[in-house]
Amino acid sequence: MPIELPNAETLLARLVDQIRPNLSERTALVGIHTGGAWLAERLHRLLGIKAALGTIDVSFYRDDYGSRGLHPRPQRSDIPFDVESADIIIVDDVLYTGRTTRAALNELFDYGRPGRVDLAVLCDRHGRELPIGARYCAFTLPQPLPASRSLRLSRDATGTLSLRLIDA
Amino acid sequence: MRNPQLNKNGELQHLLSLDGLPLSILGAILDIAAPFTEVAEREVKKLPLLRGKSVFNLFFENSTRTRTTFEIAAKRLSADVINLNVSTSSTKKGETLLDTIDNLCAMQADMFVVRHESSGAPYLIADHLHATGRNHIHVINAGDGRHAHPTQGLLDMYTIRHFKKEFHNLIVVVVGDVLHSRVARSQLAALTTLGVPEVRVVGPRTLLPTDVERLGVRVCHDMNEGLRDADVVMMLRLQNERMNGALLPSPQEYFKVWGLTPEKLALAKPNAIVMHPGPMNRGVEIDSTVADGGQAVILPQVTFGIAVRMAVMSMLAGN
Repeated sequence: MPIELPNAETLLARLVDQIRPNLSERTALVGIHTGGAWLAERLHRLLGIKAALGTIDVSFYRDDYGSRGLHPRPQRSDIPFDVESADIIIVDDVLYTGRTTRAALNELFDYGRPGRVDLAVLCDRHGRELPIGARYCAFTLPQPLPASRSLRLSRDATGTLSLRLIDA
Repeated sequence: MRNPQLNKNGELQHLLSLDGLPLSILGAILDIAAPFTEVAEREVKKLPLLRGKSVFNLFFENSTRTRTTFEIAAKRLSADVINLNVSTSSTKKGETLLDTIDNLCAMQADMFVVRHESSGAPYLIADHLHATGRNHIHVINAGDGRHAHPTQGLLDMYTIRHFKKEFHNLIVVVVGDVLHSRVARSQLAALTTLGVPEVRVVGPRTLLPTDVERLGVRVCHDMNEGLRDADVVMMLRLQNERMNGALLPSPQEYFKVWGLTPEKLALAKPNAIVMHPGPMNRGVEIDSTVADGGQAVILPQVTFGIAVRMAVMSMLAGN
């Protein structure tokens, strides 16, 4: 049976509603390349967050480096605000095993000691392999996806976001 | 024939020379180096990629800059770095190179960074590791004889791309003692692979290899002609030991004809960059006004060298 995916723009609006009541002076966003960075860019604008937007590429912190080698074309991580004591929300498109979040946390702590770190995701597809959960999550798939399928966020020329399923 | 630098999947196994390195791999190293430059700006200047790996710096020939930047690169990748002072070690007692390697392998080495006065020494080591089935150990050539200095060539290419963005529209000039320079050989191989349309080598006849045109470069025996409209001027170090032989009359004479002065640099494009692999001989191949001037990118070369070496090490250790 084909899985019906919700509209990503609707989910984004839901995420904004979830995060807004908890914003503080110290809130800062860090998007994980690439889908999470697109989302963070939109959230940053919609929520009117003062701290400059951060982006992170976890290629250098992945735990599968030993078996799979270095991922090709890693992006530059950019944390343009002071991490010390900041309330950071890590933003990613899809939450799956939790290994990407683990890598992002490790990288973040190499910049300083944040006051608090939360996770915001558009979609939770189940399949966690680490004790990680998202404080903000716009949608949880009713059933786990098989490992052979990959759920990805894409962005068209107008900047509109959409979720799609592909064979991994 | 097997390419000794690549594993059976066509991935980089050792870095021995830029000559014969596919464009795809050369480009990948430059791409991967870019995000490593950012690590230097962090509170914790460390990445976990080489955690638990042992990198042996084997320098059979003196070096400060190259050895130090390799050491920093490995340490920023969290490797354990062992510097071997080879001049005071067992080599002096008669141990062969391959026996030294076997002993270090018995100490669970994961990577060798090798500088040797004999061309081909890193190849010999890589070949030995292959023949004995130790394919998880990697070799990086940090300069062998007159043959190659691939990471210097790579950091030079990274520097050019940083300042000039593209390679396909450039005039690049290499000035000086090309004959004895492993740096020049690596630069010329990389420039050709990356598709630089015009590469010139400039220097006295006694210091240019006789068949240098075969590398696809233009030869100039006139400094003014060679520098005209250049985008990138790469100076080579004039090795002191060459000055008193039959090849050159004197350092002063050399400087007069081949030294890079502001007047000569004015013949290049106004936004041309000046590079030098170090150590510089001020007043011999380069005038201090140029070396300290706005067009010189000699210190950025050193900084980029760390990121490029991090990229090479993390690519190798992952393959």
